[in-house]
Parts: sequence; C-alpha cells; structure tokens
Amino acid sequence: MAVNQERPLAAGPGLGERIIDVTKRFFDSDIWYSFTRSPVIIVSAVITLIFVGASAFAPLVAPNNPFDLTTIDLLDSFIPPIWQDGGDARFLLGTDDQGRGILSTIIYGSRISLGVGFASVLFAMVLGISLGLISGYFGGTIDAIIMRAADVQLTFPAILIALLIDGLARAVLPRDFHSEVWFYVLVLAIGLSFWVQYARTVRGSAMVERNKEYVQAARVIGIPPFLIMLRHVLPNVMGPVLVIATINLAIAVITEATLSFLGVGVPLTSPSLGTLIRVGNDFPFSGEWWITIFPGVALAVLVLAVNLLGDWLRDALNPKLR
Amino acid sequence: MSDLSALSPQTNPAQSNQPLLQVDHLRIEIPNRRGTLVAVDDVSFHINEGEVLGVVGESGAGKSLTGAAVIGLLEPPCHIAGGQIQLDGRRIDNLSYEKMRRIRGREIGMVFQDPLTSLNPLYTIGRQLTETILTHTDLNEKGARARAIELLEEVGIPAAAQRIDQYPHQFSGGMRQRVVIALALCINPRLIIADEPTTALDVSIQAQIIALLKRLCREHGAAVMLVTHDMGVIAETADRVAVMYAGRIVEIGPVDDVVLRAQHPYTAGLMGSIPLVGHDVEDLAQIDGAMPRLNAIPRGCAFNPRCPRAFDRCRQERPDLQPVGATQAACWLFDKGVRSGTDG
Amino acid sequence: MIAFVVRRLLQSIFVMLAVGFIAFSLFNYVGDPINNMVGQDTTLEQRQELRERLGLDDPFVVQYGRFLVKAVQGDFGISYRHRRPVSQLIAERMPATLELSLVAAFLALFIGVPMGVYTGLHRRGFLSQVFLTISLIGVSLPTFLIGILLILIFGVMSQDINSALGFSLLPQLPTFGRGEVTQVGWWSTGFLTQSGILALILPSITLALFQMTLIMRLVRSEMLEVLRTDYIKFARARGLTNRAVNFGHALKNTLVPVITITGLQLGSIIAFALITEQVFQWPGMGLLFIQAINEVDIPVMASYLMMIGFFFVVINLVVDLLYYVVDPRLRADRAVAAGHQ
Repeated sequence: MAVNQERPLAAGPGLGERIIDVTKRFFDSDIWYSFTRSPVIIVSAVITLIFVGASAFAPLVAPNNPFDLTTIDLLDSFIPPIWQDGGDARFLLGTDDQGRGILSTIIYGSRISLGVGFASVLFAMVLGISLGLISGYFGGTIDAIIMRAADVQLTFPAILIALLIDGLARAVLPRDFHSEVWFYVLVLAIGLSFWVQYARTVRGSAMVERNKEYVQAARVIGIPPFLIMLRHVLPNVMGPVLVIATINLAIAVITEATLSFLGVGVPLTSPSLGTLIRVGNDFPFSGEWWITIFPGVALAVLVLAVNLLGDWLRDALNPKLR
Repeated sequence: MSDLSALSPQTNPAQSNQPLLQVDHLRIEIPNRRGTLVAVDDVSFHINEGEVLGVVGESGAGKSLTGAAVIGLLEPPCHIAGGQIQLDGRRIDNLSYEKMRRIRGREIGMVFQDPLTSLNPLYTIGRQLTETILTHTDLNEKGARARAIELLEEVGIPAAAQRIDQYPHQFSGGMRQRVVIALALCINPRLIIADEPTTALDVSIQAQIIALLKRLCREHGAAVMLVTHDMGVIAETADRVAVMYAGRIVEIGPVDDVVLRAQHPYTAGLMGSIPLVGHDVEDLAQIDGAMPRLNAIPRGCAFNPRCPRAFDRCRQERPDLQPVGATQAACWLFDKGVRSGTDG
Repeated sequence: MIAFVVRRLLQSIFVMLAVGFIAFSLFNYVGDPINNMVGQDTTLEQRQELRERLGLDDPFVVQYGRFLVKAVQGDFGISYRHRRPVSQLIAERMPATLELSLVAAFLALFIGVPMGVYTGLHRRGFLSQVFLTISLIGVSLPTFLIGILLILIFGVMSQDINSALGFSLLPQLPTFGRGEVTQVGWWSTGFLTQSGILALILPSITLALFQMTLIMRLVRSEMLEVLRTDYIKFARARGLTNRAVNFGHALKNTLVPVITITGLQLGSIIAFALITEQVFQWPGMGLLFIQAINEVDIPVMASYLMMIGFFFVVINLVVDLLYYVVDPRLRADRAVAAGHQ
C-alpha cells in the first residue's frame, strides 16, 4: 500500500501510463458498468452536469442578468411565459414581480444554490473528517467531548440549526455587513449541521485502523500520527464519505432553498430558487403560477437528480446489496 | 413421541432400498451484473437412511450452497439451474414454497454455523421451540411446552424447566448450539443438514457438540449431511465423505478410504499427508495457492494450477467421477483410457 | 430498570443544560439586552440602573443559574417586539403546533411503517418500485414546495379542474390558518369543529410526507438487513410459516432500531413544522420563531430553542424506555451496558 502511495511522487516515467491505467481500471470497474446499464442514472448525471455547467457559466448562458438593477424594468413585471397571451420574446418563462426574467433568475439562482451547496458540503466534510480523525485516533476525553457535542447537535434538525446561526448572524453583524457576507453565513449555517455524519464514519474507521499492526509500526518508527491517518484511514473512508457528500449536497440545496423561502437566507437582491418560489407564493391566487412553478420544478429536478446519483453511488459502492 | 413418528407419510424406509436423499447433477447458478457464476456444477450424491455424509472443502467450494439447496433455502439470486433432488424418491427441488415449508423442520432439519446468531434475540428459547412444535404437530400449547422441556433435557441443558423461559443471550455459545440442535431435532426429521456446526465454537466445546449431534441423530434415526472444512470432525463422525472443490465433487467414498487412502491429489493435500510412491510427503502436506474464484475457474480440471501431478490433459478436459478402489474420484490420473492409450 | 431510567434522566438533564446554556448565551451576549429594551433617549444612568436591576452585572454563573431557575418556572422574559411575556406567547401558539405535529406524526407512522414493511418483504415487486419512486420524489421535494403545490391544486386550481371535468374530482380545501378553534381551558383545539379539521388536512399532509418517506426507507432497509440474518434463515429452516417468520420474527427485530430513529424523526416534525406553518400561515410556535429571527427578538428565539430541546429530550426518553421494553438484552445486560457507556 505504502509503495502505491509513493509512486505519484516519483513522477516522470510511468506517470502517464499510470493515469491511463487508472482510467482503464475505472472504465473496467463495476461502478462504471452499473452506470452505463442504468438510463435513469445517466439522465441524472446529465441533468446535474447541465445545472452545474449553466450555473458556472451563468453570465454567458442566461438571456439577461437579474442581478443587474440597470437592466431590470418594473414595467416588465408579471409577464407570462412566451406561449401565453402577453408573452414577451425576451422572457421565455415570463417575469416576476420586479420584472426579472424567470429563466435567467433560475440560472443565476441555481448558481447561488449550488454554490452554497458545494461550499457547505466541503466545509462540513473538512470539519467532520478532521474531528472524526482526532476523535477516533486519540480517543479518551477528546473523543468523549466531540461525540457528546455530536449527540447534542443531532438533537436538532439541520434546518433549525441553520435558522439559529442565521438569526445569530443577523443579531451580531451590522445589517450592511450581513448583506455582504450572507454567502459565508449560509455556508456556515448549513455546513455546521452536516459535520456529524462525516465525523462518525471517519471515527469508526480510525478506531479500527489505529490498532492495526502497520499503524503501530509506523508509530514506533516515528511517523507523525497525522500522516498515518492521512495515508491509511482516509483511503478507507472515501467511499462512504463520497456517498454522504452527494446526499448532503441535495439536502444543502433544499436547506438553502428553504431558508430563502422563509426569508432568512439569501438577500432579495440576489434571488435564489427558494426566493423565487417565495415571491410566487405571495401571489398564489392571482394566476401568476409561473413565478412559483418553474423555479419549483427546477429545484425539484436538481435535487432529485442528485439524490438519485447518491442512491446509486451508495448501492454501487456497497457489494453487500448485489 | 408416538404422535410424532406418525408424521412421516412414507412407507417404512427400512424395507425399500432407495436412498433417503438422492441428488442428481445439481447445478446452482448465481447471476450477477456481468453474467452467471456457476457455484455448484453437476454434483451428484446420495445419503442413506441414518447415514452421516461428511461434505468437506474450502470455503467457497459450494458445500454450504448444496446444503441450502437440499432444504430449499437458497437465497436469491442463487438458484437451482439444473438437476434434481429427491427425498424418499419424491422430487423436492421444484416444490412450491408452502409445500417445501412443510418439509422443512419436519423431514429435513438444519443446524447453522453460528449459535450466537441462529436464535432470535428477542424471544425466549421456549417460545422458539414451542412455535416450531406447534407449527408442525397437533400438540396444544401445554403439550408443546412439555415436549420443549423434554428436548432441552435431552440436549443436556441443566434445569431445563427454568431455563426454557430465558433469552438466548443468557446462554453460553455451547449451550446455544445445544438449543439450536434441539430446535433442529424437535419434530424428528429424517435428515439433518449441519452447516459447520462447530466452527464458531470454542475448541473445548466442539467435541462435545459433535458427540451430542452424533448421539442424538443415531437415537432419532436421522441421517446427517455434515458440512465442514474440519477433516478431524469428519474422520470422527462421518460414514462417507464427499470432497468438494470449486463447485464440484472431486472425491466421494467411505470415510476410512478417503481419509487414509485418498485418491484425488486435492483430497490428499487436504489430509495433510499421503503415501504416494515417488512423492515426498512434504510436497503434498500443503497445497500451494488458493481455490480459484467462481468467475475464474480454469479450463479442464479446476484443480490443475495447484495440482502437483497435473499433466496436459488436466488443462484441457474436465474429469468426471469414476470408481478408483473403494472410492470415486474425478481425476485423469485414474482414467483407464490414459493407460490404455485410447482417448475419448 | 431504575438504574437505566436514572442514567437516561441524567443524560437528558445534561442535554437540557447544554441547550439552556446556548439559549442563555443568546440572551445575554448577543447584542445588548438593555438596548433592546429601552428607547433611544434613555440616559446612561437609567441604563445602568436597569442593568443592575436585571442583574446583568452579576457573575456569569449566578446569571446562568437565575436563568435556569426562571426557565424551569416557565419565565422566559419579555418579547422585545410583542412587549408581552414570552411564556404567554408560546402558550398561545403551542396548541396549534402540537396538534399539527401530532396529526402529521400519526400519518407518517401509520402509512410509512406498513409501506416500509411491504417494500422490504416484496423487494422486487411492482408496487415496491412504485413506493420507492414516490419516496424518492418525496425526499427530493422540499417541504415548502409540497405545501405550495398542494395549495395550488386544492386551493387555487381545484374549481377550474372540477368545472373542466364536469364533476367534483378535487375537493376545495382551506389553505390558510387553523379554521375555527374551540377553547378548552387554556388549550385551543381545532379538532372539535369541521372547519378546524378541514384546515388541518393540507398542512398535516405537507408536514407528514417527508417524514413518511424517511420512515418508509428506514423500515425497508432495516427489514432487508434483518431478513438476511441467520435467525431468520433458521426460522425458515424450521418450517415456520411465512407469516410467522416475517411478522413474528423479522418485524419485531426491525422495530428495535426503527423505534429509535423514528422517535427522533417525530421530534423533528415539531421543528419542521415551522416551514409548514410559514406556508399555510398556521399560527404556531414556528411562525413566531421565524418572525423572531427576522426581527432579532432574542427572548422568543431562546425560549423556542428551549421548548424544542425539551420536546426532543422527552421524546428521546420515551423512545429509550420503549427500546428497553422491546429488547430483552437491554433488560438483562443493564450492568454491562452501563459499564460500556
């Protein structure tokens, strides 16, 4: 194992071959095989990629910029989708109460939703894995404290913790400052509620590895524990961590949308999918259904696709189920 | 006990000379993502009334699957893909779940490997015994309980009348295996499939459990299919032995012949030593390598890559069982055709 | 038994102390409580006097202790915004939230568990696939979106659809508030009037759907796990009927973990209710809490947190006791288990 790990360091000859070898192994693996055999999963992956791509290149893809106040005209508000009477060629899916194009807002909104989602999952992952490693490797009091904190944390659902942190940030930070740092507040609020799962998974694995002979041996010859963990525990938990991360991404997107819907997430000037749905929900009986339905469908499709990928990944990585 | 012996509808088996269990050309397949694995291939054997047949082999050789197939408990996606199984001349491999259920427990009993996990932790052992008795007999609740206590005494559980109301976790491993044996025997089945009954037990208890199983089966007149990888247990207990390798029987015969005069090189290796002319004992005392995985069974004889005596034909054609001395072995070494020079 | 209960009680108290600590920190260190209570024109002397009167200059431990004593007595201070005791506000709002949560929990449990058992037993059946697909959609649709869709279908579009069809396919259901409520002592209930019950339908379905799919998936995976165990194989090998094996042996073993996690889920229904309350303008604690967050009404936030923590702790305690009743191993290995934890 150690030899394998060292190889990439010895670059130069063999590296290219190695990459080809890894690629070949991937396409020969059961995971790739089961991927190609399931049309639903392929569609999910394509949908996810489309969302990620459209979000990443939103300024290029979107027909207009809903964040740019100079291009928004209140006179354009409540325009229905193009195929209905009164539709406007500039706004394929109609506009909202401020005259922002729904399609563009969906694209920019997905950018925010996915941005917050990825960042908070990454944050939770780093925090959870670190705490899990510390907890599992050192044990004792540190372990007890971390795991008790996890227990208390698990007592509360993610949405509540996120709401609380967001509320706190509002109370502590001046209003102007908050509207600048809302992204980090959201990432913190959502990410903080996810770390427990990673920590528990990694801790379990770390506790097992800690007592293996090669780890004892590495300890005896003076390799720092941190390095041992990095080399030997992390590779073992990458599978489960990946599965948790995928499913967390879906939950993070939902949580962000929910917070925005509740009016405590993203500021109104940079609408995410949840904000749009909230705007639409303020006019449920007046017939402007498109403001709610299109962002709602976009959100549901995105989350469903990510969830399907997560489910599939879990099954594909778990040999017991086959 | 008279009401129990009347359960088996068959004619007195002592008069007929057909075997109790007859397995012919059994083939078990496991479909997976990439195709189909053949876990048991063309396996035929029989067990006579009251006889103990030992089935040995490394893990993955297909012995447990064969046992599960006999009692009709192969787990999907494993399934019987060919051959047939007869109990008393009646075909049982194609019965409906409900018909097979009536045979399980009543005519074929089973003892599992791990007594710690074989009993439901949430029910008292008494309840698990009585529910089995009530399912298969006309006894009432009270009669079933009396019978359960009687059985527990029979398998050597002290203070059975008190301990019947205890939960599995209150018993030691050896005691639990006794309970499992009582459960397998409680309707007097005529065949017991014992799948590694002692592997999970403490070494000091293994002999006791084997002795108990052997004694009870003799007393109840039950035949046993004893699946194990422990040759010591087989030598001590079995009447006949079947040796399995990579899904096939490579040798089958009376226990003394197989243990002392093994013919097949694999069996010989399994026994740890064998006096074959011209070969050093140490060559064969241990078999190099590992049994092939099911998706990589070599052409010809599955054992050929590990066989010290393999020759060309072993890598080309697959040998079938043929009589060699007192046993039957599937090995080209003993093919008359080779010696006389006429190949088929 | 008694040792077990005492140990659990101690753990619960520990959790409550932790939650109380967070709530207290919120109270005292987020913003300046004096600023929140007095107007702009209050002089520094008046502020200092108020500060002393409220005991804000006392040592930390004393303040925390006083906070806890008051909290136990149900005194959570005065809402900055409503200018009324928070305990009063909460008492007014609690029946709405609890009734909604109760109905939703009931729905989630009594539909989710049978669906989970069914899909676990008939793994590859057609109906199982349908249930699983529905559950995946249920997990993927955010609660608020489900609520909005239900409002659109049953509140806004039902009449159009019915008149287009020519017959009454979809009932028109209330989508706003609690309907008519009856006062029973201090408790206001919607169960006693027709409009109250009708008003419960859409919100409770909205709230239940996510939990239901979660419970179903959980029961299914536990069921699959249990069906793989040796004792189930052994039960089959003894020739027990399918019914006895599936419902006698498998289901009971499935229940052990399911009780724990389901209990936690039911607790989170009370918290999740705040989304549903927002969608349907249901006058419960959650709506109060969201307003409090928007208006930085710290006493309300803190006491809501305490209330939710309390509900969770109580539910956890009940779950643990149930667990204890179901699993004999816990009963006998009490001493061992205590030593391990």
